[in-house]
Amino acid sequence: MVDVESTPLLHVRTYGQIAWLWIRAAWQYPTSFVLLAVGNGLITGLDFVGLWIMFTHLSDLAGFSLREVGLLYGSASLALALADTAIGSVERIGTYIRTGRLDQMMTKPVPLLVQVCADQFTLRRLGRLTQASAVFGWACTSVDWTPLRVLVAVSMIVSGALVFFGLFVGFSCIQFWTTDATEFANAFTYGGATVTQYPLSIFPREIFVGLTFVIPVAFVNWYPCLYLLGRTDPFGTPDALQFASPLAAVLTVTAALLVWRSGVRHYASTGS
Amino acid sequence: MLHVAIATRAFRRYSTYRAATLAGIFTNSVFGVIYSFAYLALWDANPTAGGYDSQDAVTYVWLGQALLMTIALWGGGTTDDLADRVRTGDIAVDLYRPVGLVGWYLASDLGRAAFHLLTRGLAPTVIGFVVFHIAMPSSLLNAAAFAVSLVLAVVVSFAIRFLVASTAFWLLDQSGVTVMSGAFAIFFSGMMLPLVLFPGWLGTVANALPWASYVQVPADIWLGKHTGTGLLGALGFQVFWAGVLLLACQGVLSLATRKVVVQGG
Repeated sequence: MVDVESTPLLHVRTYGQIAWLWIRAAWQYPTSFVLLAVGNGLITGLDFVGLWIMFTHLSDLAGFSLREVGLLYGSASLALALADTAIGSVERIGTYIRTGRLDQMMTKPVPLLVQVCADQFTLRRLGRLTQASAVFGWACTSVDWTPLRVLVAVSMIVSGALVFFGLFVGFSCIQFWTTDATEFANAFTYGGATVTQYPLSIFPREIFVGLTFVIPVAFVNWYPCLYLLGRTDPFGTPDALQFASPLAAVLTVTAALLVWRSGVRHYASTGS
Repeated sequence: MLHVAIATRAFRRYSTYRAATLAGIFTNSVFGVIYSFAYLALWDANPTAGGYDSQDAVTYVWLGQALLMTIALWGGGTTDDLADRVRTGDIAVDLYRPVGLVGWYLASDLGRAAFHLLTRGLAPTVIGFVVFHIAMPSSLLNAAAFAVSLVLAVVVSFAIRFLVASTAFWLLDQSGVTVMSGAFAIFFSGMMLPLVLFPGWLGTVANALPWASYVQVPADIWLGKHTGTGLLGALGFQVFWAGVLLLACQGVLSLATRKVVVQGG
């Protein structure tokens, strides 16, 4: 028998239990529950309508057709939706610190990160997930599929979700040091997500380099999509980067977990 | 005088959160940069899209970022307190007061908007001016009209947020409606993409809805797209929606009040 006590499996199970609790709680207000899901789908849906409207004035955006931009948009949005559904609550740790809930959580026999991520779990992101899948599915028809491309596509979604996971967790840790600067993180998390809607070739080279090495969102969709579409990078980066997304994901998550650890160690309660 | 006092208190209440304000300005500016490059790519490919040139487009981006918090596009603002007070039942205390509820909350929201304008509004505008050379109003008349339009934008946005918060009287939890209304606001205000780019009937509809008062109308006034009677028409459009929606607030409130009395036994 596996020793459940110490495996990550247990954490996943606990996560599931807490998440289920919150789903049942949210269902107590069914109107709100449905509106939240539909509303979130609508926000992202209208996002894509915005891109479509842009293309009524254009034949291509920096050399990319609407369907190709759809591939960039759909894959990034899908990755973001997965990450956000799983760990969206981590953005709220500032509130937990202020209200003293973090102290309560620390006394419980479940890792803090699991508790924080699962707290107030919400299925409202189902709306975004559905919409992103639809756009991605439609855009997939522009790809000339080979077995390797399928593999790259799958690894792109998984790595993308992990990169966003890392960004959300990492930047939320700012709140261990300052409790009301939550919005600072949005510039990198949601800002990163917004950047990925467009072909990165619309940006100057300096920003592009930053999006590869500092906030590595270029690995979420840009590099793998270049491979899927059989293009070379307009910035002239090596082709090897097109397969480097899993590596970027591992590095981002590792960095985020380190920051999280040092944040928790730094944390000394508000005393309330 | 009372309403001025309410507004001043609201201004001071929001000014407490300095780190949050700085973080917000930073975030607005990052988004400003992202959208500027996106729009520059669009106007580079089609230099006359929607009757804007590329400087108009970039100016529009930074005005949008400056207005985002001022008009509380995402919801929030003092109307969130209203929804909370409905849920906790504190609203009963508010209804005792010898002051109209709509006026009370409107005054406090204007105080909030003034603070956000001076911080989250001014800073991105300056950054946009320095980094992307955005256009300034061409005349004193345009600047004055923009100021009036801004106040009207806040009033229209307040009225819509008040109506959304009022749904808490019936639903108890208004967060779903808030998200829905935020989705409409971001799309139909022109925050996501200028309404001048919307094709055909979609453009006609979008320009007639109250959300156009949020960003598109003030921005067009800033850019000098309305002159003479057109300028009056643009402001009249905002006045019309402000009036209609404030009346609706009053109506919904009196309906809701009856309901509260019934619940209170």
